[in-house]
Amino acid sequence: MSREYETVIGLEVHVELATKTKIFCGCSTAFGGAPNTHTCPVCTGMPGSLPVLNKKVVEYAAAVGLATNCTINQNCKFDRKNYFYPDNPQNYQISQLYEPICRNGYVEIETADGGTKQIGIHEIHMEEDAGKLVHDDWEDVSVVDFNRSGVPLIEIVSEPDMRSADEVIAYLEKLRLIIQYLGASDCKLNEGSMRADVNLSVREVGAKEFGTRTEMKNLNSFRAIARAIEGEKNRQIDLIESGEKVIQETRRWDDTKESSHAMRSKEDAQDYRYFPEPDLVPIIISDEWLEEIKSRQPEFRTEKLVRYEKEYEIPRYDAEIITNSKHMADLFEETVAICGKPKKVSNWLMVETMRLLKEHEMEPEDIRFSPEHLAALVELADAGTINSTVAKEVFEQMFADDTDPEKYVDEHGLKTVNDEGALRSTIEQVIKDNPQSVEDYHNGKEKAIGFLVGQTMKAMKGKANPGMVNQILKELL
Amino acid sequence: MSLMSLTAVELGKRIQNKEVTAVDATREALAAIAAREEAVHSFVTVDAEGALARAEQIQKRIDVGELTSPLAGVPVAIKDNMCTKGMKTTCSSKILYNFMPGFTAEAVLNLEKAGAVILGKTNMDEFAMGSTTETSAFGVTKNPWNTGHVPGGSSGGSCAAVAAEECSYALGSDTGGSIRQPSSFCGVTGIKPTYGTVSRYGLIAYGSSLDQIGPVAKDVTDCATILEMISSHDSKDSTSVKREDTTFTEALVDDVKGMKIGIPRDYFGQGLNAEVKEAVLAAAKELEKKGAIVEEFDLGLVEYAIPAYYVIACAEASSNLARFDGVKYGYRTQEYDGLHQMYKKSRSEGFGAEVKRRIMLGSFVLSSGYYDAYYLKALRVKALIKKAFDEAFAKYDVILGPAAPTTAPKLGASLSDPIQMYLGDIYTISVNLAGLPGISLPCGMDSHGLPIGLQLIGDCFEEKNIIRAAYAFEQTRSYVHSPVAAQNEKGVVS
Amino acid sequence: MANIISDETIEYVGILAKLELSDEEKEQAKKDMGEMLDYIDQLNELDTTGVEPMSHVFPVHNVFREDEVTNGDGREDTLANAPLMRDGGFEVPKTII
Repeated sequence: MSREYETVIGLEVHVELATKTKIFCGCSTAFGGAPNTHTCPVCTGMPGSLPVLNKKVVEYAAAVGLATNCTINQNCKFDRKNYFYPDNPQNYQISQLYEPICRNGYVEIETADGGTKQIGIHEIHMEEDAGKLVHDDWEDVSVVDFNRSGVPLIEIVSEPDMRSADEVIAYLEKLRLIIQYLGASDCKLNEGSMRADVNLSVREVGAKEFGTRTEMKNLNSFRAIARAIEGEKNRQIDLIESGEKVIQETRRWDDTKESSHAMRSKEDAQDYRYFPEPDLVPIIISDEWLEEIKSRQPEFRTEKLVRYEKEYEIPRYDAEIITNSKHMADLFEETVAICGKPKKVSNWLMVETMRLLKEHEMEPEDIRFSPEHLAALVELADAGTINSTVAKEVFEQMFADDTDPEKYVDEHGLKTVNDEGALRSTIEQVIKDNPQSVEDYHNGKEKAIGFLVGQTMKAMKGKANPGMVNQILKELL
Repeated sequence: MSLMSLTAVELGKRIQNKEVTAVDATREALAAIAAREEAVHSFVTVDAEGALARAEQIQKRIDVGELTSPLAGVPVAIKDNMCTKGMKTTCSSKILYNFMPGFTAEAVLNLEKAGAVILGKTNMDEFAMGSTTETSAFGVTKNPWNTGHVPGGSSGGSCAAVAAEECSYALGSDTGGSIRQPSSFCGVTGIKPTYGTVSRYGLIAYGSSLDQIGPVAKDVTDCATILEMISSHDSKDSTSVKREDTTFTEALVDDVKGMKIGIPRDYFGQGLNAEVKEAVLAAAKELEKKGAIVEEFDLGLVEYAIPAYYVIACAEASSNLARFDGVKYGYRTQEYDGLHQMYKKSRSEGFGAEVKRRIMLGSFVLSSGYYDAYYLKALRVKALIKKAFDEAFAKYDVILGPAAPTTAPKLGASLSDPIQMYLGDIYTISVNLAGLPGISLPCGMDSHGLPIGLQLIGDCFEEKNIIRAAYAFEQTRSYVHSPVAAQNEKGVVS
Repeated sequence: MANIISDETIEYVGILAKLELSDEEKEQAKKDMGEMLDYIDQLNELDTTGVEPMSHVFPVHNVFREDEVTNGDGREDTLANAPLMRDGGFEVPKTII
């Protein structure tokens, strides 16, 4: 009889904070840029350089802690984590071990059965990101770029409270939403501004002790996370079933091969020799400062949901989808502020925007068009200046590159033709050209009129007012 | 008479009075270097051309009244662990043999702003780890009083350069006595300021919580003047302290009436050379004669400072020196198979024995299972040592003792027994642990003609007390030029 | 010597510190480290119960920078001392096999 296993999962989530500058120097955190252009002596570990803490990092970290029900450690400190790796310019990382900024929090997730579950947060600490290693395809060399070195991170360490990939994803989505609402990060997994390491062990259902866990790295999408969890769970169960032992180790997930391999080498002792960072002084977060951070907390999703239903009178379902992304919610509110018509704005976001996002495999955060342009489009469509087919075409253009809809409609002559004389003569021609359809219509085939409308629209290059076309057609027939 | 035999302040005055120029002074310094380097080898890098060019520029600015600082145009030597933009900075280590910093240390910048003429970089124990300047990868520096002896360390090059009168003054750094002990051995004056007084930005770290930059010069007036110039609150150094009371020259008054001076009995026990003891106690008598209240007391914990220091300094060093890995700058081994071998070979070939010894010890005391027993224990002892000083300074304005238990040892006599060598720092080390200011100044000569140093320790931020006491004592004797300096001198020896 | 340092310990510390010692150096390092640890063990004579470890001597705290970009393109200085350079970065032996 095969045994039943339970998967126990804890997450270490790294989030790049949305500061303008790095954590310990005045270099820009802007993404991209030629290698090593966003660098200075501090973030490249030049001898004699010293770190100075970016105040905003503390405020973001504390804000995330408050939003995840943590206790803020009002007397926190930095430590050095010592290990050699070329992307780590000092060969130590400035991080927090002994006195992290937040402890003992939780977030609530919705479970598959419709209930809720608390996922505990063990701690949140501040640290610096490493540089990037680019591996040469032909030669046995790698190249180090320190542009990302020193970008501020928070690491959110959960309790081992998750039991399935679904719970993991729900937890990550929840965290992402909270952090996006705070404006503390854009949390893009594909760009690495949110990264999750999965600690996983299995045990027989009913067992009290945890099994030996492994840590899985290099998970760049929710899909990869789900697959890695499945893969690692099965690997561990196979080991146990065949009487072998799970080794506590760090493994690298390869999503294309759908398998992982151990990252251990005899040269990595995993003994980080943490000690208090002598170059940085302690951080004391006074009650006043903490209050100030609290007072700056934004309206979160639950509050928005209530307000949207009340203030904008849009359905709960719409509000849920729109508020599921901070960027989308902002876009919605800003557009409505310009043109009113919350239901119409909501429709554009719910239908066309979501369709195109899905089609292009994009996240709501990637939406590029401005509220001004969306408002203009809503006005054009609402006033009947363009018909719905044209509006969709214009929207696609706007979605692609934030095109100004008014300009586009003008330049391409897309305004709906309301000139009855012109319409009438076009329809007369269509009727003349399609005797079969006319006969079908007279024989009771209602559908045939649709074909004739289509032919008319085609002849009018889509710009005809569909209501008028229908009306004139019926009249002439 | 050579301009280099003047104190920095005297020379600065002559320059301001247009009696001589910065270029004259720089030429003389370079001539002295050319003549004496073979004997003392205080420098790792001498930038003759650059120095003359800078002197000309500075003189122009003095001429138009732009530079009026007391040290404008005065030639200075910088210890080679302070970054100087465009001038090689090696820490006397093979691993940084070709390192050219892209920026200048804040303390050096402060001097440059005041119009100092930088001559070059002085030799030191590799990464400031040592007490003799024998661990330099670029040769040993010799004591200008007797070239068969060491100048002390780790700022041996700076102290020897001042004593040999190859420069008017120098900057050193002090982690466990590295300014005060070689100052004592070379018969010059050096101050280790309160931690946080001089920016560490650009100082290549050894023990970050202990390192401080300070002046080395011929007398107390020079040191106070230089310290006033290099002290600054630096927003680039988080441990830099905002101080308002850095007008140290105000304390240059010959008045110690009523000043309470404590002499720790535990500084005068076993291991202290009799001649040193006698000279230091005689100095105390002089101060007493001038009206100071001198008293013996028990400081306590003296023997625990060295072990606590080695745990803390080596732990920090093991981390601070991790960045030297052959990737970004400095030495990289020629042949290697893979990343880790590249690291190991570059570091093993690039670092000298003493540096490796300390990195190994530091890595061990921080490693899993030992952190509490060694590192935290040492930090607790540090707290106790600080408390002992706090109690002492509740009673005394200044603590007086020797800077080192002996005068300068012979070349090659120290390195074979590390612990014995470490014991040589017994009077200086606790000052760094407690972050206190200390000054070392000449107070006599032993029977071999080697200088003896007096150390005065103040409470934190109370440099003025030790400067005042040192200045008052200094008035009872005159500066003695070292034989190497006197030998090449054609004029009068004062 | 109370602290006997094993070959394994020296090997392990060598991995941590990225130092490769010759056999002769290893023997010396074992001896030096053992002696130093014996010496350091003196600290155990002191009762430090209830004493807070002191990492900073002065109670300075909250030293911050504002979040403003102050640095421009630092590439030239960053790479100026590179022992090996490639494509605008530092070349190292391949880190992924």
